[in-house]
Amino acid sequence: MCGIVGLYLKNPALRPHLGRLFSPMMGEMTERGPDSAGFAVYREEGGRDEAKVTVCSVAPGYDWPGLAQEAGEALGAEAVAEAASNHAVLRASVDAGKLRDWIEAAHPELSVTSSGSALEIYKDVGLPMDVLDRFGVSQMAGSHMIGHTRMATESAVTTAGAHPFNTGDDLCLVHNGSLSNHHRLRDWLREQQGVRFQTDNDTEVAAGYLTWRIGEGASIAEALEAGIRDLDGFYTFAVGTREGFSVLRDPIACKPAVMAENDDWVAMASEFRALACLPDVEAASVWEPEPGKVYSWGGSA
Amino acid sequence: MGTGAGQGLFLGWQRVTVETIDLDVAGVRVLNRRLQGRDEPVAGRRFVVTNAKGRHALAVGLTEAMDVRIRGHVGYYCAGMNRKADVIVEGNAGTGVAENLMSGTVRVTGDTSQSAGASGRGGLLVIEGSASARCGITMKGIDIVVGGSIGHMSAFMAQAGRLVVCGDAGAYLGDSIYEAELFVRGRVESLGADCVEKDMDERDTEALQALLERAGLAADAGEFRRYGSARQLYNFRVDNAAAY
Repeated sequence: MCGIVGLYLKNPALRPHLGRLFSPMMGEMTERGPDSAGFAVYREEGGRDEAKVTVCSVAPGYDWPGLAQEAGEALGAEAVAEAASNHAVLRASVDAGKLRDWIEAAHPELSVTSSGSALEIYKDVGLPMDVLDRFGVSQMAGSHMIGHTRMATESAVTTAGAHPFNTGDDLCLVHNGSLSNHHRLRDWLREQQGVRFQTDNDTEVAAGYLTWRIGEGASIAEALEAGIRDLDGFYTFAVGTREGFSVLRDPIACKPAVMAENDDWVAMASEFRALACLPDVEAASVWEPEPGKVYSWGGSA
Repeated sequence: MGTGAGQGLFLGWQRVTVETIDLDVAGVRVLNRRLQGRDEPVAGRRFVVTNAKGRHALAVGLTEAMDVRIRGHVGYYCAGMNRKADVIVEGNAGTGVAENLMSGTVRVTGDTSQSAGASGRGGLLVIEGSASARCGITMKGIDIVVGGSIGHMSAFMAQAGRLVVCGDAGAYLGDSIYEAELFVRGRVESLGADCVEKDMDERDTEALQALLERAGLAADAGEFRRYGSARQLYNFRVDNAAAY
């Protein structure tokens, strides 16, 4: 089943309260996805030149300061690690791809959940509100977040199988639905295009597909429109970008989505009840996105 | 209980008390138990439901004539299986509003999500805004009147009843339709299998005008086109009966 939510704050005065506004949206989607949860938060503290890579350790008590020191020595730049539950965000004034590549090569025991300069991705198994509490979401500031509550159908209930999936620097994807051609598409992307995958998850294939399209020069909107042709299955996608987020439903539109917007914010969710907690929502414009049409906010197209 | 008697209203000779039920206090089960009359009689009563907040299955399974006004957007299956009651949603409705409607009326002042009026057997569903995909899917006698437009695959396998659309209809309208009648004022993106345009005579126009008036929508029945079954699919061929 799964639930997805997205919130973009147009009004900068609300941005210190992003996590507090976002948390109840996720909580309302618990019944749609009680087995695991994840979210992406966009907050730019260090500017575009500072790389930010989120990593996750399945083993508890990981030596994050040690990892930061080792990364700094290997890459010739000062690196710091900030831990949150079993995740940590590593920052360094280097190229984000370099930092990511180094972690993946030197520390295969870790999994990289995101890379970029604004994006952080946190995910874990458990009830959504428990997962959010573990990462201290209600205290988080930022411009926008997208999140996912999972009821697994196509692959195992694991931290790595939880959404969002990173789809390139500062890009991520959450998905409600299931894809039916993910096996062959994964093989094609891996063998013909050199795209790397960490799991058997169908959504990771959609993320890899978007990464590949964008790498070929497509915009987010163009990549999603091409996806309507190439991805077979049921889906409502929400794609987070540095500037905002995009939403796409498959043309058959069995999977739900509702959007709402006012002067202060724009939001999407699987069901309206996830939006009911937003300030002044009763006066906001509320509508169902049309099938097969890409919607974008914050210049993400 | 979280339900409380509000101020009385004088309607004609009869004094009718409006009972307000706040869903933030009462919750969905208490609401439905009350509206289904399982603890005390409800026939002829008026209810206002506040703080809907997109909750699912509000005012379902009602069996008595009463007025229910729900303030705010509602979730899935609102007013499902309704018999006799008149339910108004002041806002948008999620999937399957008025599904399996038996009688009475359901009015939505905003838009509805997919499968509005699904499998409805009678009564009237009025959607003042637009409805998305699969509006009136497998309808079996319900009348559905939509002020705006409807999405794709609407009236799929519609068996009886009328679907009236003041705006446009999406792709594959009336696919595999049986005896239901479809009326569209605007553009039909495409017709589904075995659905064809039909002549509209004076009696059709009169009946449609009466339905539009009952729905409270100002539209001229003469501007609508009528669609229905060509009766060419497998089930309509008597020769196929020999296969059994």
